[in-house]
Amino acid sequence: MSAYRISGLGRVAEAAAVNFTFDGKRYQGRAGDSLASALLANGVLLMGRSFKYHRPRGLLGAGAEEPNALISVDRGGGRFTPNLRATAIELYEGLDARSQNRWPSLQNDLGAINDRLGRFFPAGFYNKTFMWPRSFWEKLYEPAIRRMAGLGDAPTDADPDVYDACYAHCDVLIVGAGPAGIDAALAASASKKKVILIDEQDELGGGALADPTLWPWLAESLKDLAKLTNVTLLPRTTAFGYYHDNFIGAVERLTEHLPDPGHGAREKLWRIRAGEVVLAQGAIERPLVFAGNDVPGVMLASAARTYLNRFGVAVGRNVALMATHDSGWRDAFALARAGVRIAAIVDLRETVDAVLLAEAAELGVRVELGSAVIGVAGRHAVEGIEIARADGSARQQLDCDAVLMAGGWTPSVHLWSHSLGKLEWSEDWGAYLPGKANENVRCLGACGGKWSFGSGVYVGQLPTPKNPATIKAFVDFQNDVTAKDIALAIREGMKSVEHIKRYTTNGMATDQGKTSNLNALQLASAALDRPVQAIGLTTFRPPYTPQTFGALAGHAKDALFQPTRKTPIDPWAEAQGAVFEPVAQWRRARYFPKAGEDMHAAVARECLAVRQSVGIFDASTLGKIEVVGPDAAEFLNRMYTNPWKGLEPGRCRYGLLLREDGFITDDGVSARLAPDRFHLTTTTGGAARVLNMMEDYLQTEWPDLNVWLTSTTEQWAVIAVQGPKAREVIAPLVSGIDLSGDAFPHMAVREGTICGVPTRLFRVSFTGELGFEINVPSAYGRHVWEAVWQAGQAHGIIPYGTETMHVLRAEKGFIIVGQDTDGTVTPYDAGLDWAVGKKKADFVGKRSLARPDIVANGRKQLVGLLTDDPAEVLVEGAQIVEDPNQPIPMKMIGHVTSSYWSASLGRSIAMALVAGGFDRMGDTLHVPMPGRTITAKVVKPMFYDAEGSRLNV
Amino acid sequence: MILIHCPYCDDTRPELEFAYAGEAHIARPLDPSALSDADWERYLFIRANPKGRHNERWRHVHGCGRFFNAVRDTVTDKFELTYKAGEPRK
Repeated sequence: MSAYRISGLGRVAEAAAVNFTFDGKRYQGRAGDSLASALLANGVLLMGRSFKYHRPRGLLGAGAEEPNALISVDRGGGRFTPNLRATAIELYEGLDARSQNRWPSLQNDLGAINDRLGRFFPAGFYNKTFMWPRSFWEKLYEPAIRRMAGLGDAPTDADPDVYDACYAHCDVLIVGAGPAGIDAALAASASKKKVILIDEQDELGGGALADPTLWPWLAESLKDLAKLTNVTLLPRTTAFGYYHDNFIGAVERLTEHLPDPGHGAREKLWRIRAGEVVLAQGAIERPLVFAGNDVPGVMLASAARTYLNRFGVAVGRNVALMATHDSGWRDAFALARAGVRIAAIVDLRETVDAVLLAEAAELGVRVELGSAVIGVAGRHAVEGIEIARADGSARQQLDCDAVLMAGGWTPSVHLWSHSLGKLEWSEDWGAYLPGKANENVRCLGACGGKWSFGSGVYVGQLPTPKNPATIKAFVDFQNDVTAKDIALAIREGMKSVEHIKRYTTNGMATDQGKTSNLNALQLASAALDRPVQAIGLTTFRPPYTPQTFGALAGHAKDALFQPTRKTPIDPWAEAQGAVFEPVAQWRRARYFPKAGEDMHAAVARECLAVRQSVGIFDASTLGKIEVVGPDAAEFLNRMYTNPWKGLEPGRCRYGLLLREDGFITDDGVSARLAPDRFHLTTTTGGAARVLNMMEDYLQTEWPDLNVWLTSTTEQWAVIAVQGPKAREVIAPLVSGIDLSGDAFPHMAVREGTICGVPTRLFRVSFTGELGFEINVPSAYGRHVWEAVWQAGQAHGIIPYGTETMHVLRAEKGFIIVGQDTDGTVTPYDAGLDWAVGKKKADFVGKRSLARPDIVANGRKQLVGLLTDDPAEVLVEGAQIVEDPNQPIPMKMIGHVTSSYWSASLGRSIAMALVAGGFDRMGDTLHVPMPGRTITAKVVKPMFYDAEGSRLNV
Repeated sequence: MILIHCPYCDDTRPELEFAYAGEAHIARPLDPSALSDADWERYLFIRANPKGRHNERWRHVHGCGRFFNAVRDTVTDKFELTYKAGEPRK
């Protein structure tokens, strides 16, 4: 069927033909192929360009470790994914795969000039060269580097896919469905345990898929497992991270392999809590470091065997093996038996197992012991190799079209290391193996060092008679790090493996050094003349392989990113065309524009209406806490700055809450309903924080107090009716409460009914006008709101939003905690001395009010600002200076905290925190803005009805 | 994600249900006004911040709501044990 497909061989031998394109060219593969095997079968070796030098690259591996063949897949409709490994892309009909990091084409890439200039791009090049001049970095260097050096393009469209997520629990979680994992699953399932077996490949079997002698066992075992109800099999699932207490994150790919992804979830995030974890992730073969080891056609010997036995694809017709380890010999034999010519087996060792030599002789394969490959001919594909004895003698050239590398095996201890299990160096493996566990976890098979691939020797770089400064022998293929880069890093003083890694970027690419870390360690060990164990090992971090943001985000996006809390009156506001704003997790009506009105016009109209007649405002988001118990008053007296014990039932009090460090954390008006019952209110955003703080003191400092705290924020709807006509509006609806000014004064609370609904009616005002806050059970909130709305029609009632609320309170100088305070403001700084019970022996934060830095002069204090130009509205957050002519950087003495246009006053007003502000009354300060400076006069933060005559009516 | 044992619920639950609440066994002075600035500073700001065994407070905020104490190793992030508020340091 195609150039390199061997008929009758492989698990896809009988599979249907599948059409796909690579860089727009049409090819045919087979169902069950990976993109990598299908391209190889078509004789396509060149699959990508390297990161820095733009060197032509082909496949190094056949699995998760692949560093070179990074591919973009475009499924249309915004479904574009860059940087996929060709070895992990399942072939499907119509697959549109594209190479990356090349221009104008993969064959002719102009960026390859970097390869010729390679001597100008050593390790640390970016750090050394682009430091100066500093200003060039953002505009010139970085964009240029980004264009030249890189991976695939980021998708430009919003991701149209949906992603699923679930939690799962099991007794035994097995990661890796090779022979060791499958045996472990069968053993665990026999004891009736709940088992989950996951594997990143589309087909379960792991290494057995490349070993036809194991296929009958594999088929039988999978049949047995499929019958078991206590075993969940998850193919196409990558365990990417191992977290505390046997918590494993895994992503299952649901539609990536389908010709039509449909509308189902693309991927599913599994969050698995396991009683025991069994890691059976196998091992990854190690490449060898020699000049030209990255030419397309040079690959891992084990990969060649996988392509042969699993996919029936020969990686070449005349293949050479460069080995320092026994396992490669068996891979070469497998190719020879399948009819592929073996050009030579080159082994660095002088002696190898006689059994291997005998088999080579039997197959008529030429063997060169004590030798190494010292060069590779060919640029876009291997054309031959040069070999030499280890001492540099007997140089000779050999023709071949592929080179296999067998440098030994690196157990996959990634997840083990995520779990903080210890690693121990093994001389036999020339690698780290799992040591002492940190969780309930076992490692089986090759990743636990419990498998034999034979023996070998481990070297950082193959010996070469060539000048090491003139050759490119790659260690990290994905980040283009060569042996001489590591040597340079060490020459320049890097001794720790973490420094070598960061200076050279070895192991920092998306493959995280799966094929490069140990070779780099061996090189560093040789250069520093210290044992490998003494060099240290860089940290393994999740994810094991790159995962999509979509899978990690799951459902948590758009409207589901976080809950939007809505009041019972929210639908009414929406129907009225309110413009909303988020306040903590609530959405609140900000203003109610009439046709043609912008925010400025709407807010001005709303403000005037409240001052002149009446407005209705949804204050349901106020935090509410019911404080009940014989010690309720004593408790509040200890929490708040002001005295509470003398508060009569039926009366309200403004409460100011400090942290123990003396700074304001919350405020609100609260009512005493009975000797043992208070109705507390908090700021909208502070409700949970205040309840937590109160619970903390109650449970841990004063457990002797008999008090219960209950959050009632969502149980009460709060309808604020504010303005001179407020009493007239609600009077016809209220029964059981005398609303007259004498019977029901400002800062009082009464219980009765409104519209037949039980109410806690507060006479309070955050506007400076006569006002009521009608608390009714939430379920009746909309009903009562509409009744008030109807009753108010005769009085010209208007709904107003949070913006108008802000303006009206600022006109009165009422603070908003978190806007006019910022966690460094004391009651004294805010001008709230009156709210501090100075005779009280103690309250939370009291002792701190006597701290030396709190009583010191020069603290920032809350003042009012009136701009000299009344039309000028300051920008909130704008900085304030004393002398606008001082040199830059100027000394900032404060900032604007609140600033509005006041329609009632016909001018702008502002509040600001200014150093020593109380002593600056009448002074002129300056607010520098781009291109100009605004002048403003310091005043008391009280702009409207300072006597409060409008309240007490 | 760590599992934490709530001594009030007597149940081991995921970290998401809990909130950290600082070092344990720092009692609020009975009469703060009697404290010198230095002693008040020590109560307010100075914390042990040990490398290793740490007595600390947690709240089962999305569960029973109770504050309790725990011993956690700040190096391994492993909980040694948890105990009820008011019990002596362990």
